[in-house]
Amino acid sequence: MIVDAILSPEFLNATLRATTPILFATLAAAVAAKCGIINMALEGIMLFSALFGVLFSAMFQSGILGLLATMVMGGLIGLLLAFFVLKLKTDEILAAIAINLIANGATILILLMLSGDRGVSSSVKSVPLPRISIPVIENIPYLGAVISNQNVLTYVSLIMVVVVHIFLYKMPLGLRIRAVGENKNAAESVGISSKKIQYIALVISGVLASMGGFFLSGGYMTYFTTGMTAGRGFIALAASFMGGNTPVGGFSVSLLFGASSALSNILQLGNWPYEIIQMLPYITTIIGLAIYSYVRMKKRQKLSDRG
Amino acid sequence: MSHNVLEMKNIMKIYPNGIVAVEDVTLELQKGEIHALLGENGAGKSTLMKVLFGLESPEQGQIFLNGEEIQLKSPLEAIKKGIGMVHQHFMLVSSLTVAENIVLGIEPKKSIFVDMNKAIDISKELAKKYNFDIDVTQRVEELPVGIKQKVEILKALYRGADILILDEPTAVLTPQETEELFVQLKKLKELGHTLIFISHKLDEIKSICDRATIMKSGKSKGTYKVSEISTNEMSKLMVGRDVVMTFDKKPLSLKETALKVRNLIVEGTTGVVRVDDLSFDVKQGEIFGIAGVEGNGQGHLVEALTGLTKKYCGDILIFDQNISNKNINEIRKLKVSHIPEDRMTLGCAANMNIMDNLLSNQYQSSEYSGRFMLKLKKIEERVNKLIKEYLIKCKSYKQNVGMLSGGNIQKVVVAREFSTEPKIIIANQPTRGIDVGAASFIRQRIIEFRDAGCAIVLISADLNEVFELSDRLAVMYKGKFSGVFTDVKKLTEEELGKYMLGIKKDEVLEGIIYE
Ligand SMILES: Nc1ncnc2c1ncn2[C@@H]1O[C@H](COP(=O)(O)OP(=O)(O)OP(=O)(O)O)[C@@H](O)[C@H]1O
Ligand SMILES: [Mg+2]
Repeated sequence: MIVDAILSPEFLNATLRATTPILFATLAAAVAAKCGIINMALEGIMLFSALFGVLFSAMFQSGILGLLATMVMGGLIGLLLAFFVLKLKTDEILAAIAINLIANGATILILLMLSGDRGVSSSVKSVPLPRISIPVIENIPYLGAVISNQNVLTYVSLIMVVVVHIFLYKMPLGLRIRAVGENKNAAESVGISSKKIQYIALVISGVLASMGGFFLSGGYMTYFTTGMTAGRGFIALAASFMGGNTPVGGFSVSLLFGASSALSNILQLGNWPYEIIQMLPYITTIIGLAIYSYVRMKKRQKLSDRG
Repeated sequence: MSHNVLEMKNIMKIYPNGIVAVEDVTLELQKGEIHALLGENGAGKSTLMKVLFGLESPEQGQIFLNGEEIQLKSPLEAIKKGIGMVHQHFMLVSSLTVAENIVLGIEPKKSIFVDMNKAIDISKELAKKYNFDIDVTQRVEELPVGIKQKVEILKALYRGADILILDEPTAVLTPQETEELFVQLKKLKELGHTLIFISHKLDEIKSICDRATIMKSGKSKGTYKVSEISTNEMSKLMVGRDVVMTFDKKPLSLKETALKVRNLIVEGTTGVVRVDDLSFDVKQGEIFGIAGVEGNGQGHLVEALTGLTKKYCGDILIFDQNISNKNINEIRKLKVSHIPEDRMTLGCAANMNIMDNLLSNQYQSSEYSGRFMLKLKKIEERVNKLIKEYLIKCKSYKQNVGMLSGGNIQKVVVAREFSTEPKIIIANQPTRGIDVGAASFIRQRIIEFRDAGCAIVLISADLNEVFELSDRLAVMYKGKFSGVFTDVKKLTEEELGKYMLGIKKDEVLEGIIYE
């Protein structure tokens, strides 16, 4: 029964849907990592974006405008993180933890103040982004059912893999980001301001993460619930790391996590213990990280006899 | 009189930790000269140059370019004014290609993208113009140090450097590479560039520099015409006393065989054979020198001997124990010390302090660590003693090693490795980047160890050093020994050169193995 379910186009369709928020955050993690900073604040940025996505889209009565406003806000949080880390010299992990903790508390408080509700934003009349079907592809058997009829943001996230790849590897700014991340002194010795580059990279990272956050409450669901990111920011951090902090690598790993979270949704229909099934995505993360570290260790042993 | 392109007047630099690195120094550069900057480790040479390149802002002093006062707040401003710098430790992004490194920061563009083809063309042209033989599409991490050095110079030239600062460019080069570099530097001079050249090797300064400014403890000891001052006078001004250049060695007295290598074959990453069927013995009480152009397998040999690689066949016996199954720590427990070639990657932890670095091979010993805690008092005593003994110039042992001057970092590594009562010392370029005074001190120590019955393998690209110290000398060429000399004194430099370049090769190696 499970095997059938996994091979069905509905499952793959659900996988893509579940991958979307993780993928955005993975790309965000990759851009930050490439400039030499671990953006652990992804979780908090996504959570803020999930709430403000609902509020902004309700305010403008437009999904697109809501998304754009949320992206601006995500960029600002990235800027804030950069300010703490680069200007005030706070430890990057501590600054991120602070942002995550604030996100937890502040989203509950703001939701309560604006909607009078503690847990769900269903009273807010938000405008989610639509699903769209792709003309020719939707008629192809199987493939059509997998790919077509997804949320706009799912398509955007796939395009973003290519865009971020081109940005990092083909554009001057991307080249500089990679140079700064790998050898800050070298970059500075040719007159590149490493701080400026890191500011820019963190803002971009924030914007990407906010798109993932927006999707959660304006696509995946159509309302905000407290704590709805459920660790996706951290999973994305792991995914990016395992994918070698490259967009394409991160994409393949986040597909794996997307699949495991889609699987846990399917299994809930069977009579498996709910708590265990809920743990699936996180267990996948841990196992994935363990395998990854093992492989890397082996590789390093091989490399240690380099010349 | 030719005019001064650049004047640095009364420069003073105090680091945030209170170290006065440069005190009231004045430096004048004449157009088209090669100007040497001389001084002991920690004299402030690099610091003065960092001020000139906008990396450090001076507390006091003025800089004039062509008679006009300029302010240099960042490297970008220095670059714009035509000042370029090749740093003491490489400033290259390893995973990027040569071309990418050269154009980084001022990339040629095609609409919004980097025009990679153009970058490659530009780099190729540049290399051709200055006669540098480089494949610009290679990744920097795959390049030998000599080529990396050239990439650094091209980087500066691409940015239009008229005044080029070279901070110890020859420290990592072999004599052959140095020679090649000098040809190129002379060409730069002909083309009208002005060069500042830092080196601890006085004969190099004699051979290419026009004038020299000598620094000692942050102060200037004056500028001299190189043709009018002898190397002895130079070193006396630098160190403040006469430097011993010849050493007394006790007559050779060989004891047990400490190191026995049989049919050793070491493979590099790509599967290329780097060490090709080497056999040799080293006894306690002798210095076994290995000369050779860098990249002929010396590095791989050292890696096998010290346990850094296990990818070899053949036997390595240390006091009759085969080390093929022993890890680095177990090999060290056999009283083997290792001074690695590259102090920054293998030699030290740059962002830890001097104490941690000096103690990193000792913290497990019961003398310094109790059941739960480190014995800090004892540690402190030892560390302070080492700092004094090895003349490590620092404020206190709490200073990060990365903040020390290049030569002082090397001293930290040497002090650590020499302080564990080793029975075997594998010294790979032990005096690289070290000033004449300190180098003579370290060589003296190596000889003392030998006299006390230590077995020493000395790998060095410095011919003087191998000549001066070795009891037996082997030359390595393409992974094999091309010659072995038991009477080093009889050997001439020309002869050695022929073996190093593989022009001469002995089929039978007499005296490489005892018995
Ligand atoms: N970033 C730093 N912070 C604090 N002190 C420093 C820093 N860099 C260098 N120093 C100190 O300033 C002094 C001068 O160092 P500098 O690197 O200029 O010496 P140097 O003449 O280049 O020596 P070497 O020949 O060994 O390279 C040294 O005592 C060193 O410890
Ligand atoms: Mg220096």
